[in-house]
Formats: sequence, structure tokens, C-alpha cells
Amino acid sequence: SSHEHKLNFRKSKEACLSYIQDALLQKQWKRAAEFLTCYVESLEKDYSREHIGPSEMIWRIGTEILWHHSQSSMKEFNCFMEQMKTLGVKRYLKVCLEHVFHLLCNGQIDEAYQNLSLAESWRFGEQTAIQDKEMKLIEAYRGLLDYYSWSKQKNILLEHSEDGFSDLAVEQEMHSYFRKAAVNLKEIIKIPGVWDVFVKCYVDLLEFYGDHNEARQVLNEYAYNSKFPANPNAHVYLYQFLKRQGESKKSLISALKILHDIVPSHELMIDFNTMLQKSKKRKKRRLGLEVIFAALDYAGWKENAKAWSCLARQVKQIVTSEKHLDWIKQEWNSRKDWWPAFHFSRYLAKRNWQENRSLSYEKALVAGILLGKDCKYFKYVSHQGCKAQLKRFRMLKKFVNRHNPVYLRISG
Amino acid sequence: RDFNERCAQCSEVNWGLTDGGRFYCRSCHNVTERTREVVNTDFITNSRVQTISKGLRKQEKNDAGCEWYICEGFQLVLKKQAEALEALGVCPQMKDEILCNFWRCYLQKSKQAYCKRPAGETVKALSVCESSTDVDSDPERPSLLHLLSLSESEGDLQTDCSFASSVSKVSDSTSVYSGSVDGSLYLMKNQKEKLRMTMPMTLSFCYMALLWLREPITLSELLRFVVEGHIPYLNVFQHFPEKMKLCGLDLRIFCVESWPVYEEVFNKMHELAAFLDLPRFPDITDSCFLHPDMLCMKYLMEANLPDELHNWTCRVVKKIGIGEVDFLTLMPGNKSTRKVKYDVLAAAVIVVVLKLLFLLDDRYEWLLSEFAEERNKNNTEGGPYFEFKKWYEVVKQSLDVEQKKLDEERAKCLWRCEKPLFYSVKNKSKVLKRRQMVVNLQNQFGKLSGSVQRAEKPNPSSFQLSWSEENTDGSCFHEHSLKGVLQEKCGLLTAMNPDYWLCTVKLCNEKLCGHLAHYREVEFPQSYHFVLGLFSFLLRIQPSYIHDEVCMIEHKLFNKKLYKKLKYNTVLRK
Repeated sequence: SSHEHKLNFRKSKEACLSYIQDALLQKQWKRAAEFLTCYVESLEKDYSREHIGPSEMIWRIGTEILWHHSQSSMKEFNCFMEQMKTLGVKRYLKVCLEHVFHLLCNGQIDEAYQNLSLAESWRFGEQTAIQDKEMKLIEAYRGLLDYYSWSKQKNILLEHSEDGFSDLAVEQEMHSYFRKAAVNLKEIIKIPGVWDVFVKCYVDLLEFYGDHNEARQVLNEYAYNSKFPANPNAHVYLYQFLKRQGESKKSLISALKILHDIVPSHELMIDFNTMLQKSKKRKKRRLGLEVIFAALDYAGWKENAKAWSCLARQVKQIVTSEKHLDWIKQEWNSRKDWWPAFHFSRYLAKRNWQENRSLSYEKALVAGILLGKDCKYFKYVSHQGCKAQLKRFRMLKKFVNRHNPVYLRISG
Repeated sequence: RDFNERCAQCSEVNWGLTDGGRFYCRSCHNVTERTREVVNTDFITNSRVQTISKGLRKQEKNDAGCEWYICEGFQLVLKKQAEALEALGVCPQMKDEILCNFWRCYLQKSKQAYCKRPAGETVKALSVCESSTDVDSDPERPSLLHLLSLSESEGDLQTDCSFASSVSKVSDSTSVYSGSVDGSLYLMKNQKEKLRMTMPMTLSFCYMALLWLREPITLSELLRFVVEGHIPYLNVFQHFPEKMKLCGLDLRIFCVESWPVYEEVFNKMHELAAFLDLPRFPDITDSCFLHPDMLCMKYLMEANLPDELHNWTCRVVKKIGIGEVDFLTLMPGNKSTRKVKYDVLAAAVIVVVLKLLFLLDDRYEWLLSEFAEERNKNNTEGGPYFEFKKWYEVVKQSLDVEQKKLDEERAKCLWRCEKPLFYSVKNKSKVLKRRQMVVNLQNQFGKLSGSVQRAEKPNPSSFQLSWSEENTDGSCFHEHSLKGVLQEKCGLLTAMNPDYWLCTVKLCNEKLCGHLAHYREVEFPQSYHFVLGLFSFLLRIQPSYIHDEVCMIEHKLFNKKLYKKLKYNTVLRK
């Protein structure tokens, strides 16, 4: 490129852009500004055939620079955004929305609200219909801010009621925010998409006003409607709601089932396993074992004592009852090649013992059953535990020794 | 200029021209009512031109501007360029006599002025930035798209297409916009025979005049000065007087969006010289700046090479006869002789000499360098021997720095200017709004650029790289000796290097494929590529052009060896 002697407008602006890009990547805001200054005259040329035109480039690059540059102020930023809004009518609402995001990041909630209201009232011929999606988002975010205001009012009300006096004005304001928020939030969550924050807020509102049916319906839609993208959080929200409502274990379990399928390593898997273990149904107990094994496949769970205690409890129960040993065998089959090194190495035994005795206890139990009393992990931990004269370790040793044949049956 | 009356107020004869075309006294700023057109009667020998002057006088009171012809615009451009060259040190003769006469001759030959109006050619006075409704019925009027597609694309065709599409939305047979009278005509007719004037061609005119006067500016320097902004080229229309309104198709003609290319300017110049039926140019003798001996000296200095190499360049020049007056002097219209690119030729001679002495096969030169290094370490008296390796490192470092600067400059190049350009009155307000926004953004982000403000354009200088002998770090190689690579044979100094590799065994037919040889970096040694790259940077041209000249020189130099067989064949046939 250094020998490109035929230089024309287009090539020089392309080169300019690549310098800007380099500067941005290296967070050299001054340098990026310097080259952007030279790039802006591209606005005077027509780039209607390009995929991304100079006006969009300048908007995005300028936003980055002004946001990060040490000498740039919010005032300058806002002024720039206003200019960008006039630059491309096809992007108007998008620019408005991003401007609002920046204001929110900067804590300027009121300004953000004003901008949203302004944008909501924008009309521009056929563009209004074309930019329908952005408009919905804008309405949704205004709804969100309305929720936020509602929330503030609610807290004031609660404080006042604690102090013993009621405040009608605050209450009425609160209700009006509720109405405004509900309308917009309801609209956006109808459209397939990922709307976690909107859903949460909407459900919060519904619960407060006692409309549990609507809340349930909303959450079900959000979790189970196939048009919506698969979203673990949807199931989490549903589960939490059902729990709050005191629903039966059956419905709680069914709420978490899909979560287990999508995200086997989710933290709720502990709750899930706990519920499943206690179930009277064999299938559910079987699933519980599967769930806890699956969770412990993930590195993030290696040192989770609670998870290990769930597994240990269930394994102990199975071994003691001598029923369904094949369950353990099945689960262990695909793991026996790598779990020993992953969880039960001698190094880990030492470390676990040093850092977290409960963890090592639980793990030792599992290791003892799965790998036998002669496995490195069990031997080390139980030895240490007995040396330290801890009762439960002695019990552990006895237990594993007693049930050692089980190991033989599992591993065979 | 030709106005010799005394000023009414101060009795001085010191006139200048206002933007309105009136004379004003430079001493007391008294503005007269006399306008340029009225005074220069010797200029007006053409009825068409008379129409211009009448038109100008009539329309001066009218804010909408006046009628003006494209060639007038170009005349202004040339005038500005000549003034700039004068400011750079070129003798005033260039502007006042040579360029002027070339231009007049051109106007005459291309029948734009100074001649009887050619029969059958009617000048349709096209609308001046107004939409005319009675235009629709005219079937001969060319469609806008047609016009735009015919003209050679200099700028960004996309702009025009969008412009065309936006205008054609108005009506099918659109009215043609141009500020000048003959803008559309200019672009439309097949001007191949008549050598239509373009912006790059203004530089061809300048170069031609400089060559005639044998001024010490090479074409590559001229073009570099243009890019550096010392010679008006980009946005030169800013200096057109207010009354000459530029819009529509005029922009196609006067707004450039690319820097001129050496080849284009060079070739056009020769076409022009032939077109104007110019006689043989003044002789380029060995005392001229453009003579290879002189230019080699300059380039050797700039390339930080030892002065001693100059002996060798002179020897090569002499041996192949490229220092001869007849070879160097331009004879317009002579198709048999190869056109001489003085700067490229001199650079190529240096490259050949380096090949002769150092071989440049990525091995031998480093070997020689090692010997020289050894000698320099052990023997510090009698001046250092030239070490290729050290030279390479020093020059490469500087070159990289300068190249990087140049690349950044290119990326920061500003193409637009304050004077707004619009294709039609309809989008004037949009253009102005855009311009305002651009200026606002430039201010806003300019402030955030920190202390790095756009520097004033650098002072024009003939040397881009300079090396000082006062540097004690030994980074200047001018005084270094070539003893390390030379040996004495029969009282003559010859190169120790016994070998030579030809860039190409067979030359291509330049007329067919445009080059004598085809240069691809991967096929040649890195050292050769580096040396080409160095001169490519200095001359701001592609390395392949220097490579072509190198091939040409080599074939002349080794003529005997190459065509030995051929010679025998011809002898036999005799």
C-alpha cells in the first residue's frame, strides 16, 4: 500500500479509516480524533452504493471517541448526537436509542427520559413504519424508566406507611407510572426476542398488583413459546416466580427441566437435584443423579462443596439401599476415563484437604465409591482425616471399606 | 498587465485586478471602471470571444453571474499555476511568454479561440443554473447520463450516477446544468482529435513550458509540489472570480478527485507538443540540470551514496549515448525516438551502476560489505570504505520514517474546500448544509486532536532526504570511498564484481503492452527491490517505471553481447 501512487479521494478516505480503526483499537483517542477530522468531508460525497456510508461511520466512530476521550464533556457528546440525528433520517431512531443508552450509562435518567419521549413523538412519513422496531424499543425503554419511577414511588410509600402515615399523592403517582410502564412493557414482550429486563420488571409490577395469572402467562410465553429464542433466564424467572407462588414441587421441577437441558451447569441445578432426589418417583430420582453428575462435569463446579454433597448424599443413599447401582454405573461409564484426573488427582486431594475440609470429605466419599478404597484421593483424604482424629472421616473410611465390592461392580 | 494608464488618484502605473475584473491601483487602491476585457484588445480576434466580453459587461450587474467558457477557466488555472511556479523561483519568462504562447497556440489549434468560428458549429447557450422548461422539446439535447458516461472518469463516477439519477427524476429530457456556456459541449463531443483540455493537462502545459526553458524542475518534482500544495491544482477553482459560477458539469471538468499520475501528464505533454506543431525544443546539453550527469549527482546525494559513484554514472551515460544532445532534446512529433523521462532515466542509471559494482543478487553486496567492514575496523586512516550494509540500514530507517509520514499525509489529505460545489440550484441548500456540518465536525474533533494541529504545508524543497556530513554518527556516506569494490586493471579502475544479471533478456514492445518489462517483486533480489523502492519513493512513481528504464539501459549497455548472434546473421545475409 505504500507504493500506491495513484491516489484518489476514495483510496485516501479508505486509508484514513484504517488509521482511525487502528487508533481506536489501541485506545489512542487523540489520534483517532485527528484522523476523523480528515475523514468527515466524506459526508460531502455520495456513497449511496456502499454498504455502510460515511454518515454511519462518523456516527459510530465519533460516539466512541467522544465517550472515551478525556477532554470530551457530556455537553459535547450530546451536541454531537443531535447533529448525528439530523444526518440520516433512516437511522434517526437508532441514534436516539443509542444516545439514550449513553445517557443512562452516565446516570442522566431524566435526560434519557426526555429523549425517549421526544423520539416517541417523531413522525416522518413512511420512515415511521419502516423504523417500527426501533420505535417499539424506544417505547419499551420509556416503559422501563416509568417502572423505575414507579419503583421509587413504591419505596417512598412503603417508608411512609412504616412511619404510620399514608400519602395519597405518592400513591396516585405510583399508579400512574404503573399504567404507563405496563402498557409499553406488555407490548415489547409480545415480539419474539430476548427481553429479560423488561420481563422482570413487568412481572414485578403484575405481582405487586396481584395479577398473578397474567404474570404466569407472561412467563410461560417467554419460556415456552418456540418463536422466542432459547433463553435460560426465561426458565429461571419462571421458576423463581413459581417458587414465590408456592407452587408444587412437580411444577417447579418441570420448570427447571428445560434449564437443565440448555445449561447443565446452571447454579440452580443444585436446587433441581435436591428436589429430584427427594421425589418418590423413580424417574425423577434417576434424573436427579444425571443432573448432578452433569453439573460436576464443568470446571466451575469443581470446588463447589454443596454440589459434591448432593452427589455424595445420593450416591450414599443408592449404595446403602443397594438398589439402582446400575444408575451409578451408567453415569460413571462415560466419565471414568477423565473424572479421575479431573477431580480425584493426588494434587487435588492435598489442595482440597488444605483449603476446604468439607469439600474433601464429600469428594472422598464419592471417590471411594467410584474408584474404590485404594484410589489416591480417598486414601490421602481419609488418612489425613483419621490422623486429625475427625470422627466423620473415620466413619467415612468404614463406610467405603464396607462397600468396596460396589466399586468392583461399578467399574466392571 | 497591459494597462499602462496612470492612476487618476496617485499617478502611479501599478495595476492589479479585482475579482470583478476591474483594474485597481495597487498604490492607492483606487478602483477604476475599466475592465480587463475592454483593454486587452489584442486578445480579441475572435468574434466568439467578443461575445464573451459583451456578455460580461452586460451581466456584471446581475448577481447570477456571467457567461464564461471552459477555456477561460483553464486559462485562469494556468495563470495561477504559473504564478506559483514563479514564486518557487522559476523565471517570469515562463508565465509571461512561454506558457502564454503555448496556450494561445493551443486555443487556436483546437479552434476554441483566435480563429474564425468553424462552420456548422453552433454554440447553444445553455441554461446557467436555471431550469428551463422549453428545453424539453429539443430532441438534439443530449441526455445527462449520456454525457456523463462519455466523459473520462477522473473523479468518482458514483457521485455522478447518483446525481444523474436524482436529476432525471425531475423529467425525462432533463435540462443540462452547467455554469459555463459550453460545459456540456465540452464533455460531449469526441474531442480525441482536438485534444480536449483537462486538469492533468494543465500540468502538461506547465511541464512543457518548464522543459522549453530548461528550468531545474523535473516532472516528478513538479508533481510532488502539486501534491504538497505549492502549485494550485486541487480546488483551484476557488480562485475563479465570483461572477464565474461553477456548477453542474463544470464540476466534472474542474474538480479533481485524484492526484495526477506521472505517466498521464508525461504522455499528454508529448501529445500536446506534437499537436501544437512545436519545433525542436531548446537543446539539453551537459550543463543543463536535466542532463543525466547533473540529475545523477543530485540523486546520488539524496540517496546518500558516495560521490565517487558519479564517475561511474557518467561513464555509463557516455557509453550508451544517453548524454547526447540529440537523444535528450525533445523533438515533437518524432515517433521513432523514445521519449525521455529525465528523472527516471537518471535514477535508472544509478541503479545500473549499483548493479555493476555490487551485483545486488542478495549475496555479493553483503560479502563486499563484510570485507569493507573488516577493513574499516582495522584501518581508520584514509577515510572509510563504503559499506553496503551500513548504508542499507541507515537509508532504510530514514526511508521507513518518511514513507510512514507520507502514508499518513495521504490518509489525511483534505479534498474539499470552502467553496461549495453543487450540481444544480436544487441541491444547493443541501450542499451548504452538509458543508456546514462538516465544518462543525471538523472543529469539534479538531479540538480533540490534541496539540497535533495540521501543520502548515512544508516549505517546498528539492531534497526530500538530506544527509549531513557533520553528523558524527557516520550516517552520511557521501565521502566514503569505493576502494573496497574496485580494482585496478591496466591502469583503469574496474569493478571487482565480474558478473552482471540482466533484468530481462528480451524487451517487450512498449507500444503493445505499455512497458518494456514487467516487474514483479518476487522475481527479483531483495536488494534490487530495495533500491528501486528508494527511488520510487523519491520520484513518487511506481517501481516498475524505473525498472523499465533500467532494462532499457542494460540493453543498450550490453548491446554487443546480446545481439552477437544477430550481427552474424546480418553479415551472412549481406
